[in-house]
Order: sequence, then C-alpha cells, then structure tokens
Amino acid sequence: MGTTVEASLDPFPLTIAGREFRSRLMVGTGKYASNSAMIDAIDASGAEVVTVAVRRVDLNRANDEGILHHLDPERFFLLANTAGCYSADEAIRYARLARAAGFNEWVKLEVIGDQETLLPDTAGLIVATQTLAAEGFKVMAYTNDDLITALRLEEAGAVAVMPLASPIGSGLGMLNPYAIRTIKRRLGVPVIVDAGVGTASDACIVMEQGVDGILMNTGIAAASDPVRMATAMRQAVEAGRLAFLAGRMPRREIAVPSSPVSGMLDS
Amino acid sequence: MNGAPREIPRNSTLAELLGSLRIDPRLVVVEHNRTILRDRDGYALQSLAHGDVVEIVHFVGGG
Repeated sequence: MGTTVEASLDPFPLTIAGREFRSRLMVGTGKYASNSAMIDAIDASGAEVVTVAVRRVDLNRANDEGILHHLDPERFFLLANTAGCYSADEAIRYARLARAAGFNEWVKLEVIGDQETLLPDTAGLIVATQTLAAEGFKVMAYTNDDLITALRLEEAGAVAVMPLASPIGSGLGMLNPYAIRTIKRRLGVPVIVDAGVGTASDACIVMEQGVDGILMNTGIAAASDPVRMATAMRQAVEAGRLAFLAGRMPRREIAVPSSPVSGMLDS
Repeated sequence: MNGAPREIPRNSTLAELLGSLRIDPRLVVVEHNRTILRDRDGYALQSLAHGDVVEIVHFVGGG
C-alpha cells in the first residue's frame, strides 16, 4: 500500500484543518458485494480516509453487520457521513451520534434536498455547518458546484468544501469544470470533489482542475472489478495531480510541427 | 427500541440490555430519550423505564 507519487513531485501533502493525509483519494465503503471485496478495494485505492454511515443496529442479527467488524480503525481515518438526512436538525443529530463513537470529531456533512437527484439542501447545509463547527466538529460539507454556497460554507466554518462532480452515484463525471475551478480558486479551505466520478479518466480530469482531492464510492464499488478500478483511480488521482502541478501546454487550434522545419532535402 | 416496541425485564439497565442482545458496547452508540450517552461506563448505571425511547446505532458502509 502507500502512495507511488514521489514526495518531491507533490511536495505538499493534503492537509485539512492542520491534519496531513497520505492520499488525495478518499473512498466510501458502501455498495460492495462483500466486506472482503470492500477491504481489498480500499487497500488497492491507497486511501487513508474512508467514509462510513450511521444506521440503526439490526437487533435481530447484531453481531455480524457493523463495519467495525471488518474495517480496522487503526489503519484508516473514519469519516462519518450524514447521508440520508433531509434536514439540518437530522444531520446534526447523526453527526453527534457519529462523534460519540469516539474516533474523531470529523464529519462529512450531507443535508439532502431532493430524493431523485440527491442534490444538497444548501440552506440547511449552511445552518448545520454553523452549528456543528461551533460544537468543535471538523465539517467537510458535501455541496453542489455553486461558488456562493461554497463561500458561505467556508464562512460558516467548514474545514473543507466538497462540491459534486455530478450527482451521487451517477457516474457522469465532472459536468462543470469551470465551476469547480472557480470554487478552488476562490476558497481558502481545501476543495475535495465528492460524487459523480465514474471511471479513471473522470478522476484524472477532476484533479487536473487543481482541486485538493476526490472522494468516491460507487465508481469503485460498482465496477465489475473493484480492485482493478481502485488501482486505476489511485493512479488517475496521482496522474491528474501531477499534470496540474506540471502545468499543461496551451491549447492551439492550429498544428505546430514537432520536428524541425529547416534541414529538409530539396524536392 | 430502534423504532419498535420491546419488552425487557423490569429495572433493567442499559448494560444488561446490550448484554442480552449480545451487542459489544464499544461498537455502538446509544441515544436514550434523545440524549446521546457518551460515557459507556455509565451504561451499567443507566436504568430503563417504561416508555423510554432507545436508539442503538453503529457504523455501516456508506459513501
């Protein structure tokens, strides 16, 4: 495991709220065919941050289904989400429950506004961010690709803002690179693109915009071979990051020869 | 409890309840009448009464 990008090529590790993370790729733990498939894919991804959800214990078979039976909290940074919450109050309740589990005070905050698109309720998101930040939470806020909302979330105390590439689970890739670049340019806190990445090229293009990282779940979990896709995603995130740091050549709408135009034989 | 009525022995404590369900307290979080119980050592002292609302949650896979 571990990153393959040499430290000298990407010298500044992802740092959120003063904590350094060893990978710019964060992964979810949902929708896997089995727990062993999940663990293998997470290992292949090289991710340090893994997201988990808070749900009721099934009292009829309580001893077999909690993710902590399978995921070693010593090896990964557990980032609890508030997925499935449709109001600020509900998300706040879930965040508090997650913190009481005792691992950390971080939360991937979701306040969903619509069942069909799973787009965020941005007003509720800002309120919940204010409340949780005041309680000492490190809030990473899942939001849409709207600059103004992103700015308000930063003002409200979010330690990272997580605009979507496209709707959760859609695999459509990044729909609005301009909006993502603008958010990255205008925010001081890290920008982690969350949701919508369907394949490795999507991840690479997202990272080429200069954002700080990507969180994905379905793109890996729903691949026919999650371990191969997790590996591809790790490499794509690293490739996109390096391409961004390298600075791409300008686009031209005419050809420019790569070989010398002088020294040609007489015709 | 977790959205469904449940009969338990009179004067049970939360620790006894979790034990009877074979739930490891370290792997769950308990909310009692909308108050999160952050001190697991307190479960043995937390008695349960008729009509109490208990939620027992844990981490599951999610994105």
